[in-house]
Amino acid sequence: MNTVHRAMAACLLAAGLLAGPAQAEPLKVGFVYVGPIGDHGWTYQHDQGRLAVEEAFGDQVETSYVENVPEGADADRVIAQLAETGHGLIFTTSFGYMNPTIRVAEMYPDVHFEHATGYKQADNVATYSARFYEGRHVAGLVAGSVTESNVIGYIASFPIPEVVRGINAAFLAARSVNPDVSFKIVWVSTWFDPGKEGDAAKALIDQGADVIMQHTDSPAALQVAQDRGVWAVGQASDMTAFGPDAHLVSVVNNWAAYYVRRVQAALDGSWGTSDTWGGFGADMLLLSAYNKAIPADVIEMADAARAAIAEGSLHPFTGPINDQDGNLLVADGEVADDGMLLGMSVYVEGIEATLPQ
Amino acid sequence: MALRFEARGAASRAMVLGSPAIAVVLTLAASLAMFASLGTDPVRALQAFFIQPLSSERGVAELMVKATPLILIALGLSMGFRANVWNIGAEGQLTLGALAGGGLALALYGHESPLLLPLMFVAGIAGGMAWAAIPAFLKTRFNTNEILTSLMLVYVAILLLSYLIHGPWRDPDGFNFPESRLFHDSARMPVLLQGTRLHIGWPIALAIAATAWILLARHIVGFQIRVVGLAPAAASFAGFSRTRIIWTTLLAGGGAAGLAGVMEVAGPIGQIVPVVSPGYGFTAIIVTFLGRLHPVGVVFAGLLMALTYLGGEYAQITMNLPNAVTGVFQGMLLFFLLASDVLIRYRIRFVP
Repeated sequence: MNTVHRAMAACLLAAGLLAGPAQAEPLKVGFVYVGPIGDHGWTYQHDQGRLAVEEAFGDQVETSYVENVPEGADADRVIAQLAETGHGLIFTTSFGYMNPTIRVAEMYPDVHFEHATGYKQADNVATYSARFYEGRHVAGLVAGSVTESNVIGYIASFPIPEVVRGINAAFLAARSVNPDVSFKIVWVSTWFDPGKEGDAAKALIDQGADVIMQHTDSPAALQVAQDRGVWAVGQASDMTAFGPDAHLVSVVNNWAAYYVRRVQAALDGSWGTSDTWGGFGADMLLLSAYNKAIPADVIEMADAARAAIAEGSLHPFTGPINDQDGNLLVADGEVADDGMLLGMSVYVEGIEATLPQ
Repeated sequence: MALRFEARGAASRAMVLGSPAIAVVLTLAASLAMFASLGTDPVRALQAFFIQPLSSERGVAELMVKATPLILIALGLSMGFRANVWNIGAEGQLTLGALAGGGLALALYGHESPLLLPLMFVAGIAGGMAWAAIPAFLKTRFNTNEILTSLMLVYVAILLLSYLIHGPWRDPDGFNFPESRLFHDSARMPVLLQGTRLHIGWPIALAIAATAWILLARHIVGFQIRVVGLAPAAASFAGFSRTRIIWTTLLAGGGAAGLAGVMEVAGPIGQIVPVVSPGYGFTAIIVTFLGRLHPVGVVFAGLLMALTYLGGEYAQITMNLPNAVTGVFQGMLLFFLLASDVLIRYRIRFVP
């Protein structure tokens, strides 16, 4: 992963150096984090992106960050403080910062803002997110192939489209390689709570699951899987170290390429508002190394799917897809459009669970 | 030479006021050592922490915005704490206030009326009071420990908020994200200072502090609260109703927290979000004790506590200090305060 970062950074840096002379004043780039940086997970990956920016641009930039910023009244203040202290480009890296970012951006029209995972743009506010469901498709293929009990446990956070989309993508992929597979889903109502996530993993294993997938941030489920001798899929960061035997593969969020690209644009004056939703093809998602215990043909199939998604010849939501009530979601041969994906709030046919409302 | 603690005949009034000052000085001294051990210039760090946030009009306004809910809640809690009524659930009462007031704003979405905001305040206060009434009822009727019941109701309140925001109150145009729609203008707190977020909640909080001061110092209810807290037996001989004091103080605490909640959603947040408060109901407990359970003290303590948050952010931005420094700061402040409080009842003697 790191070599990918560096390669990307080096290319873009070279492009930047050719484009024009170095600026006299370094560009100050600010980051607002929802959690502590730690050593894995959502915020850690954003901070890896920040470090890649520093590495790529050296003296041309100065970066700073504020961690653990609550998604309420405090967000406006922190974002404004960054603008006030001379930051020219500010990344706000959680959904709850959407309205605060828009509000602050109105007061600082000369500052560029980038908001992750939201849907509101402005002249000086761009949005970006990753097509995490592409990673969940590949993880679902692997999970569906290695399960022996045909029960896959899924630890879900909140019933928002992002999470529902992930469950559906993983389920459709697992079913495509294993028609007998079923999903058991536990909602823990948190993004990060090792205790709850670990308990959820135990409950799922007790109900027969031999692969655990998660849409939460801690490695607790992976550690439980390691203890109980079942498989698990890592989330956001490469989680191999937390359960080397249990760990199938991790879908790794990679913001480095995007951040380097956007900082470059801000440096050479070409920054404009945009709405980016990239996946494997844009290097916004990466895969960790696979567990060596996975059969070679499964890895081959998963890698082929990854490559096909990256080049655009495979879409994880290709019809026919029905919802649980039998309503057609995606027609035969069609692929889901982004609007439908962004608002997805029903389970696909075959998932035997009720979506909490 | 040795040190010895000697019990004082009576609690020292000087130390009641002096102990927070000692605590602040000790915290500053210890933080100098902490910054030095982190390898940063301690003077610059303290400057980032305490001077920089106040160096602009916007900064001072932000300090007041941050302090407003802390002061409001702490004012309510101090009433109860004086009477030995331990309401730990202000966070839940705040949440109910935000839901009651914010729910009214959503129900009357689009109605432009100058009456809407005052009505939201009333609803918010009522919501907070209703939530505090549960521990009050349980305590007066079944003698249930209010520490436990009020705290547990915090989690119920947060789950209720979560249910509403994931379901019926979700923004219809919000791609199913768990947030309400943004309130319309009539449901927003007027801003006092153009270009800042300073809203009318600040003068309201100060007015309530003044009222609480007069109430405690001059009114019979204030006297009863103090007597019930200091000498429950004397209070019952004097015919003061303990039940009435429990109800009064819990409702006051709940109402103040509810008002703080509705002011947050109608003020800086402008909508109902999954996390309305980053723990104001709990931080206000520190503010209450730091302010010596006194309305004026609470105002200053609230400002100081708010400053540690703002300073922590500046320290991160300008010095790259970790966020944990803020927590260490607040922890040291409470630790040194509790430690210094021993001087209220004891004096230190040097024994040769």
